[in-house]
Amino acid sequence: MKDLTIKKALEGLRKKEFSATELIKSYLETINKKDKEINAFITSDGKVTHALEQARKADELISQEAELPLLGIPVAVKDIFLTKGLLTTAGSKVLDDYIPQYDATVVAKLKNAGAVIIGKTNCDAWAHGSSGENSDYGLTKNPYNTDYVPGGSSSGSAVAVASEMCLAATGTDTGGSIRLPASFTNTVGLKPTYGRVSRYGIIAMSSSQDSIGHFTKTVEDSAIVLSVTAGKDKLDATTPDIPIKNYESELEKTKILPAGRRVKIGIPKEYFSKGIDPNIKSLVEKPLKFFEKEDFELVDITLPHTEYAIATYYVIQPSEVSSNLARYDGIRYGNNRTYFADEAKRRIMLGTFTLSSGYYDAYYKKAMRVRTLIKKDFEDAFKKVDVIIASVSPTLPWKFGEKKDNPLEMYLSDALTVPANLAGIPGLSVPIGFAGGLPVGMQILGPHFSEELLFKIGHFYESKNRA
Amino acid sequence: MKAKIGLEIHVELKTESKMFCSCKAEYFGDKPNTNTCPVCLGLPGALPVPNKTAVEWCVVLGLALNCEIPTFSKFDRKNYFYPDLPKGYQISQYDQPFAIKGSLKFKVQSSKFKVVRIRRVHMEEDTGKLIHEEDSTLIDFNRSGVPLVEIVTEPDFETAQEVKTFLKKLQQLVRYLSISDADMEKGQMRLEPNISLRELKTQNSKLKTYRVEVKNINSFIFVEKAINYELKRQADLIEKGETPIQETRGWDEKHNKTVSQRVKEEASDYRYFPEPDIPPVRWTESQISNLKSQIPELPDEKFSKFKKNYGLNDYQAEILTREKEVADYFEEAVKVGKEKISPAQIANYIINIKVNIEEVLPAKLIQNIISSTKKIKINEKELDKLISDVLKANERAVSDYKKGKEQAIMFLVGQVLRKTPNLDANLVKEKIKSKI
Repeated sequence: MKDLTIKKALEGLRKKEFSATELIKSYLETINKKDKEINAFITSDGKVTHALEQARKADELISQEAELPLLGIPVAVKDIFLTKGLLTTAGSKVLDDYIPQYDATVVAKLKNAGAVIIGKTNCDAWAHGSSGENSDYGLTKNPYNTDYVPGGSSSGSAVAVASEMCLAATGTDTGGSIRLPASFTNTVGLKPTYGRVSRYGIIAMSSSQDSIGHFTKTVEDSAIVLSVTAGKDKLDATTPDIPIKNYESELEKTKILPAGRRVKIGIPKEYFSKGIDPNIKSLVEKPLKFFEKEDFELVDITLPHTEYAIATYYVIQPSEVSSNLARYDGIRYGNNRTYFADEAKRRIMLGTFTLSSGYYDAYYKKAMRVRTLIKKDFEDAFKKVDVIIASVSPTLPWKFGEKKDNPLEMYLSDALTVPANLAGIPGLSVPIGFAGGLPVGMQILGPHFSEELLFKIGHFYESKNRA
Repeated sequence: MKAKIGLEIHVELKTESKMFCSCKAEYFGDKPNTNTCPVCLGLPGALPVPNKTAVEWCVVLGLALNCEIPTFSKFDRKNYFYPDLPKGYQISQYDQPFAIKGSLKFKVQSSKFKVVRIRRVHMEEDTGKLIHEEDSTLIDFNRSGVPLVEIVTEPDFETAQEVKTFLKKLQQLVRYLSISDADMEKGQMRLEPNISLRELKTQNSKLKTYRVEVKNINSFIFVEKAINYELKRQADLIEKGETPIQETRGWDEKHNKTVSQRVKEEASDYRYFPEPDIPPVRWTESQISNLKSQIPELPDEKFSKFKKNYGLNDYQAEILTREKEVADYFEEAVKVGKEKISPAQIANYIINIKVNIEEVLPAKLIQNIISSTKKIKINEKELDKLISDVLKANERAVSDYKKGKEQAIMFLVGQVLRKTPNLDANLVKEKIKSKI
């Protein structure tokens, strides 16, 4: 099972090389074997998830030759997505015993596509964090070196895919929470355009930036999953009625751009400036050289407001957090507010402050203005180039505890991912190699709703560079 | 001293579904918490999707109140904690409401009109309801998320009477627009007057400005009483050389007085910010003019039309335009009775007989009127006696009429017709006039 991808597993199931039950059993075994140490899951007990029951149903459908895009595929779900009847904690003790009455739209879509929900993955509580260390349910370890963080906040989902515990896992990316752990765990992570995938039923962090994506082993698999999860949802007013492509079949086309136009890749100088680990810098050079050799055009560009992104993000995001977490009062469900841990409290206080009258103009309003400038940076860039490529993280994965007591330093690890969230544009994190045994990823950023192009470029790179 | 009174009025809209989810908006009498879903319960992950009809109705009301409709508008979050507010914030509108700067003209006395300025009309959601029991408090979320329009006036009122008249007119307006039943007893219309006294300019002003709000009043009578009580209470304080404190008070209907609820030392901080879950609303001119064209004929227009086109007097026109259903019924009957019977006769008949418009179809009404006019000639003597009896029994109305109160005669006509319904009202009126 080790080399399986969604694509290969679907073929294997169709050709009856193995049954869905056998497939799921084997993944459950891996979870049993590895998860004590690696702690990717909060809930993965087959008796609770009914994974085998789901697999049996999948087998039944396979025998009826049902054509479902994810039939029998083991998918893990970040514990911030509501799953009907299945514990959903958001990584916080506030929701220690919360059993949702409904499925998030994405969860329902995955189920309808035949996916087997194999478990709920660990994450920084309320998705606040870049390392996974803010989870109230223990550390998730980086499978490439268990002394190191796997990245966060969707730490468990990244690790579950990286550790062969599932074939895909959902995540949320508000400031880099998918792209960062993907790059730290040698997986492919997609942060779609804001609004491309419904947020309904996913515990909100920063509602104007939460992007709902996923982890897979290949770009092709990422495309398969997005074809299932994307689209307008009448329960989420921020999902526009823009048609979704069959992203996977688009990959078959040989030409990346119509009429064989050369792809222009923008290299933003701000993303290669001081503060970027030299190891990472030199690793990112490799795919750039590859693209150049393959007749892509590399263009130096500037995104002048990049340096203000973190400051802007750390006004807007906590403001929204302070409001979004207000409902967790312990009156109707969950525990009371004393159960919030430090990071959530920090953000609630920050956001309450920045929204207070007298401070609103100086913080929130000003941040919104800078946000417009950052958006405009990208708009201007995409007039000149088709996509932008840069490193996901300025640093390699760090050791547990290294940044735990320094929130500011932790926040800076998102310096290169946050601008895409402020602008609402999509980003695809693709593995590009290792430094000191630790994985490194590049991100391909594109204009709004350009996922198809990101997949094509990512797939092109991957098919020529990965075994 | 001069009274300065402004109003905040909440009106629940009678849309099919709630403001941000598909639960039904009508909740009156339902078993607690049976009309709820993840959205109106504020469950984790639930998101609001605005009700298009409610938004349009809010704009329609704004238009009917002569407001400007800004082409850009948005929802905001009003953050505060209260157990009846499951999300910890209310979705409302802060600085860019759907309608601004309007006005409503209403009659204060027989020929005296007043115009009150409307500051804004905005859309928000209702909260749940707390039910206080002996040793516990229960929450019913059936009302949570019901569309609520808030109308804010400028402090242009000077008397409780003006306020009451304005409110009746507003109630009539939303009923004409069919956007709310505005039933006060069901809490579909809730009133919050803010009341203060100002010294006249000629006086040497030493009085500091203050404002007293009286919260959540659910009847026109109580609002009138509360305002009068407050005006007296504040005047007494000022007389003693004190300045009334800035506070929120409630109306105690048992003891007929207002009681202090919350002293506002400074404005509460609701930490408003734009609701990120709902994209802003941008109107095109054609959308607005389309909504404008959907506004039916409103009471004022009907009133003048009834006088001008049908020759009704003020009294008849006023009664027949009070409710849209009656006005429409009258116009339908006029159409049917064309060339057979005059609009004034139809009007008198409807007013005096108190026709049940739900049972008697306009065509049948015309038949009834025609057959009744035939009968009257028979009993001249009896009629004389009947009228004399009525005049004797209603001496006060007679003297009112003599003093010049025109309306008193219609009362007397009504008394006669109540005893013998099939009479021609005009004929009776003439007879009474000749007798007085």
